[in-house]
Amino acid sequence: MPAFPSLTRRHLLGGAALAASQGAIGSARAAGKFTVGFIYVGTRNDYGYNQAHAEGAAAVRKMPGVVVVEQERVPETVAVGNAMQGMVQLDGASLLFPTSYGYYDPFVLKAAKADPAVTFLHCGGLWKAGQPLNAHSYFGYIDEAVYLSGVVAAHSSKTRKFGFVAAKPIPQVLRNINAFTLGAQSVQPSITTQVIFTGDWFLPVREAEATNSLADQGCDVITCHVDSPKVVIETAEKRGLFTTGYHTNQMVLAPKGYLTGAEWDWPSLYPRLVRSAMAKQPIPNMLRGGFHSGFVRSSPYNPIVPAAARKQADAIRARFLAGNVAIFKGPIQDNKGSTVIAAGTVLDEHDVTLEQMNYLVAGVAGSVS
Amino acid sequence: MRLARGIEAALPPVLALLATAVLFAAFLGLSGTDPRAAYGLIWLGAFGTAFSWQNTLLRAAPLLLTGLCTALPAQLGLVIIGGEGAFVLGALAAAAVGLKLAATGMAPVGIDGAMALAAMAAGGVVIALSGALRHWRGVNETISSLLLAYIAIAVMNQLVEGVLRDPASLNKPSTRALPDALMLGAIPTGSLPISVHVGLLFGLIACLLAYGLIFHTTFGFATRMVGGNLRAARMAGLPVGRLILIVTALGGAAAGLAGMVEVAAVQGAASADIAAGYGFTGILVAFLARQNPLAIIPVAVLLGGIDASGGLLEQRLDLPDATIQVLRGLLFLSLLTVEALQGRLRLAELLRWRRAPAVAQAVNATVSGP
Repeated sequence: MPAFPSLTRRHLLGGAALAASQGAIGSARAAGKFTVGFIYVGTRNDYGYNQAHAEGAAAVRKMPGVVVVEQERVPETVAVGNAMQGMVQLDGASLLFPTSYGYYDPFVLKAAKADPAVTFLHCGGLWKAGQPLNAHSYFGYIDEAVYLSGVVAAHSSKTRKFGFVAAKPIPQVLRNINAFTLGAQSVQPSITTQVIFTGDWFLPVREAEATNSLADQGCDVITCHVDSPKVVIETAEKRGLFTTGYHTNQMVLAPKGYLTGAEWDWPSLYPRLVRSAMAKQPIPNMLRGGFHSGFVRSSPYNPIVPAAARKQADAIRARFLAGNVAIFKGPIQDNKGSTVIAAGTVLDEHDVTLEQMNYLVAGVAGSVS
Repeated sequence: MRLARGIEAALPPVLALLATAVLFAAFLGLSGTDPRAAYGLIWLGAFGTAFSWQNTLLRAAPLLLTGLCTALPAQLGLVIIGGEGAFVLGALAAAAVGLKLAATGMAPVGIDGAMALAAMAAGGVVIALSGALRHWRGVNETISSLLLAYIAIAVMNQLVEGVLRDPASLNKPSTRALPDALMLGAIPTGSLPISVHVGLLFGLIACLLAYGLIFHTTFGFATRMVGGNLRAARMAGLPVGRLILIVTALGGAAAGLAGMVEVAAVQGAASADIAAGYGFTGILVAFLARQNPLAIIPVAVLLGGIDASGGLLEQRLDLPDATIQVLRGLLFLSLLTVEALQGRLRLAELLRWRRAPAVAQAVNATVSGP
């Protein structure tokens, strides 16, 4: 399946033989097309973080006049710098999506400085004033969707014990664990969450062990924040537990127990960004959004989700969409008994103090260090 | 005779390369891809343009040094596979020392020097530890170096997420960033549009020095004697323990220096991203170079080129990323297979027979005797 219709074998071999001939490289570019490059840190079919981005790329691929080039399993080293430069120089890309958090500093910054004509849309929400204007960074308030997963799962749980398999105790992850727990407690205040940190983003064996251990402790709802939820969701399904997904839709892995899930809505966002870039309209350097701006979504409900759960979750989602609900409003205590958000304080999704979250809320069993 | 021996030494890798090329073409053909298009792209992506060369050389730079971490101890007959640990500890030591000294207002060149020394010391100690365990406690150095690498990575993660952590690095725990003045620059290339950091030069110089040391000094001769026959070396009164310590430390120092370059020329800070596998790829480089420090140079460039071309295969032919891993796996397997032929395929002796037909006939007579 040739990605480049204009590319013939003669061109390729010619290019090989002629070594550094610019003409040969030029011929590899699709004439008059707008080339968009996507770079992933893992595999495109990981049922998780990278697949969510690849689904966004697939939506971009369907746009007329656009050519998409992709590269997967690119580590956060000089490899990503080379991958970006290669897409620009060898494929003629004018818009790049380097999708891993760790690509930004120093690699995206360096590449943006070196190539002012290329637009970089990085996933992570890291842009700061003073950094190159052709560098952009976006991220979603996915804790909104995770909160909804907690609400839905609370209706199905019998043991009132939730299990959470998490990679690292960093703010983004803690925020999801807390949102999940607060969502569940909004339905059933006695629900607790047991969290296990595996230590890294992709450790399938440890993730399976953690899931089994949570099942043995009596948890009947399992969710996770790791790069590929596949192992966690499959293991929980085998143990007959309910699950809620993360990053993308994992229903196919667990048709019996998968209730709903928190997904990135990149297939909605990316075509919008590419359209702006093609029309040379300005794109904000820092982009953040939740349900309201179409950055996140929930997986469709499993048929087993009771009507009461759907009704409540849909009502809250409508309020998220309208932009008038905050997950983190005081009083909130951490699991050591100190007040972390005072009564009367409401931290809306944009609040930067949430980006520095370093606590687990009351009802979560686990430690941040 | 020298030429024949040279050919015999170069033959296994060349055969392995050819076998790999044929096997990989068959693999591509079976999966419905035109091998000629793929090889064209591999060439284009690895060496076809100035940018391809830059891509290739940037990937080769750390491999030159991590390859030495396996190749130098191999002269002693030791199989060290823990270069990743030396690399990671080198990076960590370089970042810690660099950040500490940057606050003192020392000249950047001096700080970079101190960072390199700290990195080489850290890497040297961890690999020398494997050598010492082997010599004095009889612990298998292959296993111990690998396990030490895991410990090194854990130590790095612990420190980067703990005492060395920049409080501002919220979601990606890292040390503070090195000041720009400490970052290593690019090799001046004149009008060529190639920008490769000076780490490549460090690697090239280290490989040349290692070659000189091993093959043109009495120290190197003693080292190879330990590798050739430990008991004979002891009988000859060679200080075996000291040789093991020094040579393993040198290997570790090379990988540690690669870690320093990764921090000071690429990442700008130490984080979990440091453990990206350069140490492990170095093992492959060393074996492919048949543990010869000089041969590491072309091998590292070749492997760097294969890695560099992976992107084009994915983008132009819609091949999965694993394709390049298949190619690397085939290369390593072919090499090990051909290696087994070594010693059975005595080219030098075959040539000698041709020059002394009487001997050959005598042998033939014996073989085809009654």
